[in-house]
Amino acid sequence: MATDTEAEKSLEIHPMDQFLVKPVLGDGPLMWYSFSNTAMWMGITLLGIIIFLIVGTRNRAYVPDRFQMVVELIYGFVRNMVQDVAGRDALPYFPYIMTAFMFVIFSNVLGLIPMSFTPTSHIAVTATLALVVFISVTVIGFVKHGLGFLGLFWISSAPLPLRPVLAVIEIMSYFVRPISHSIRLAGNMMAGHAMIKVFAAFAGVMGIGSFVPIIAISAVYGLELLVAFIQAYVFTILTCVYLKDALHPQH
Amino acid sequence: MEGDLNTMGALIGAGLACTGMGGAAIGVGHVAGNYLAGALRNPSAAQSQTAMLFIGIAFAEAFGIFSFLVALLLMFAL
Repeated sequence: MATDTEAEKSLEIHPMDQFLVKPVLGDGPLMWYSFSNTAMWMGITLLGIIIFLIVGTRNRAYVPDRFQMVVELIYGFVRNMVQDVAGRDALPYFPYIMTAFMFVIFSNVLGLIPMSFTPTSHIAVTATLALVVFISVTVIGFVKHGLGFLGLFWISSAPLPLRPVLAVIEIMSYFVRPISHSIRLAGNMMAGHAMIKVFAAFAGVMGIGSFVPIIAISAVYGLELLVAFIQAYVFTILTCVYLKDALHPQH
Repeated sequence: MEGDLNTMGALIGAGLACTGMGGAAIGVGHVAGNYLAGALRNPSAAQSQTAMLFIGIAFAEAFGIFSFLVALLLMFAL
């Protein structure tokens, strides 16, 4: 039966194939110098951000047009977030946080285009972003407060016998931060894309009844758009929380 | 179907590790539900606490992420 072979073929779509890192040109082995699809999509992300921000602020007007309004909205949103969560003295670090937010949100949303690739679904990419935050926050803490930064782990408001136990827990949770910070973003992106692919495989096998998975894909796609924004927001707000800990280590 | 016993054990373990995500789901639901309960009692204070909502969700989610991490380690690093 023809339908059976078609069904078997459609099941051969592996849901994780879309995350394969491969060279864009040719199918040779992936070397350190080869231009991979991750690099290409990160470049497209950067290009998108540059075009978005430059075109949005080209005709600066007191009464902004729609495009400028969106750019100002995002700028004000991130700035308010830094100020509210991390305090006014965190504003010198606002440019980096804005950069990270724009990069994460653009690569999340661009990854939702069918047949595209999401750099933030790879732990290598998000771990780099999270490690930059982790290392720079630690350095900022030690530069600003010296050894007083270690007061972050020694909770002076707790009863004295409890403090060493809490110190162990605090140190563990401090070093676990880059792991949860990076895998949260990568895991959310990967799980959503894999789920859409699994539903697409259902649509391939079900024949005439395939409108059910297609409706489900549309709904999941809307959910994924929401998740793309929320995860960029969560990534940025956690950066602000960590920065607040470095700037004000006293609880 | 071929493979060795170690791979089978690792894959079963990876599947079992994913049950930890249920705990994260309970935690996230608890945070969001309590936020909603508080927001409906005092809607004027709700807007200022959305950042805390997302921070709470992120921290509750972290432990589900660790179970996912264990699953990934079992599948790819063993």
